[in-house]
Amino acid sequence: MGVTLDKEARQGLTLLSPAALYALLMLAAPLAMVVTFSFWTQNYLDIDTTPTLDNYREAWSKPIYQVLMFRSLRISLTVTVVTVLLAFPIAYYISFHVKQRKALWLFLITVPFWTSYLLRVFLWKVILGFNGVLNTALMQVGLIDEPLTFILYNANAVVLTLAHAWAPFAILPIFVALEKIDRSLLEAAEDLGDGPVRQFFRVTLPLAMPGVIAATLIVLIPTVGDFITPRLVGGTDGLMIANMIQIQFGKANNAPLGAALAISSMVIVASISLLIYFAGKKFGGKVE
Amino acid sequence: MSRSRKAFSARALTVYALLYMLFLYAPVILLPLFAFNDATIVSFPLKGFTTKWFDVLWTTEALHGAVRNSMIVAVSTALLSTVLGACAARASSRYRFPGKRPVMGFIMLPLVLPEIIVAVALLVLLMQLGMSLSLWTVILGHVLICTPFSIAILSSAFQGLDTSLEEASFDLGETRWGTFYRVILPLVMPGVISSLLICFTISLDEFIIAFFLTGTDVTLPVYIWSQLRFPTKLPSVMALGTILLALSVVLLILAEWFRRRSARKQGLEASAAGGFM
Repeated sequence: MGVTLDKEARQGLTLLSPAALYALLMLAAPLAMVVTFSFWTQNYLDIDTTPTLDNYREAWSKPIYQVLMFRSLRISLTVTVVTVLLAFPIAYYISFHVKQRKALWLFLITVPFWTSYLLRVFLWKVILGFNGVLNTALMQVGLIDEPLTFILYNANAVVLTLAHAWAPFAILPIFVALEKIDRSLLEAAEDLGDGPVRQFFRVTLPLAMPGVIAATLIVLIPTVGDFITPRLVGGTDGLMIANMIQIQFGKANNAPLGAALAISSMVIVASISLLIYFAGKKFGGKVE
Repeated sequence: MSRSRKAFSARALTVYALLYMLFLYAPVILLPLFAFNDATIVSFPLKGFTTKWFDVLWTTEALHGAVRNSMIVAVSTALLSTVLGACAARASSRYRFPGKRPVMGFIMLPLVLPEIIVAVALLVLLMQLGMSLSLWTVILGHVLICTPFSIAILSSAFQGLDTSLEEASFDLGETRWGTFYRVILPLVMPGVISSLLICFTISLDEFIIAFFLTGTDVTLPVYIWSQLRFPTKLPSVMALGTILLALSVVLLILAEWFRRRSARKQGLEASAAGGFM
């Protein structure tokens, strides 16, 4: 028996090794390189490899980086809350009210997200702009007299655009969690006298919590790293930390500082994610 | 009383669902509208119907180069990630061995990493190695982010396999390779095709990694990014986007169709939640 298990283990490891090796070379090694890089210094054209904490000191103490970091976190957290709150009812609707065509609904939800990401963000600019679709429509209806200006080139626009961009990533995990809920539990709650509202808060929501937590993390982590949306619809008040990372690696030509900024933001986001994960575990039981 | 309230909340939810779908589709609906709009400015009111923006695309040399580059990148990425993904999915669904969970977790990590981190990390490595940026470096990055998707799709295909079919094949004298070719591969083939299509689609649309790792040969999204700065180019960009949208939708429907066929082949019910997401 021990021999067959060993053989099985060997076969499994052999099969897994190409992908594992690839991840090691193309992910672990580069990430280690970025960490090393962040302790080096850029000297005009060449790199000084004496280890130093200067980049981190600059990244954590200069007001501009602090402002960008805080703004990124604020925007990403807002995006996450908005996206998950908007997504929950739709996931609930598909899981509990759609009887026949659940797969079709899910398919329809994913279709818009296979359009070019760049063009989707750009089209929000067209919708929200001064002469944009929304302003034109509202003026024609007579709801407003002059174009609204607070909807484009600021943090609001970034939040709205990102809430749109990440919608399916929030809907699907919540939907999966809702589908797993044993419907007889709800009947039991009803039989025991719980009204619809109490049923929702005492049975449905706690059981859907793993999905909600998953959705939260899936949206929160990547949005911190987006630099297209802030660039296209954010204006100067909507720029985020990823824009600065991109500038450091590009025009500013200070890759070590960019690396320190990238590592710092990853550490911060990872800690917040862990906090959310453990809070969710405590509140809603097991998170997968 | 309670029943009417229930009916009311059901109707409210339906209305919400429809409004939400409008929100999801708002940008997508605009794309073809502006692509066929006879005006150089991308804004309302619409002027008239024209197909001239599509004609512009036929004569733009730079675009053709970008399309060719994107095709090379997307096809290579799809093939490489599906091979890596198939091996890993097979390993994780069929075999038990120590360290499986952490290693699998690590391979799946790019799914939750911000793309800018992946891009920057690869860029730093390539800079240190002194490698020049080219389409190959973009492919390296794309394979990294597509492999987890391929694993997710193929895991469900491999999990549905009945091991007794394999044993029967061994008993009938087939070798391991023979079993793989004649029993396993045909059964998971729809999953493989679905993985190829999804990886192709993701790579075709990926911008951030391509933006960092592309050399002088740009991919299609990088080309589109450069065009967004010129207002006069916008209508033809809309036309291009419309073509891409139509292409993605066709590919996705194909992928979904293959996935369902794979599930049906294995006698499973195609679950609503599984599949490409």
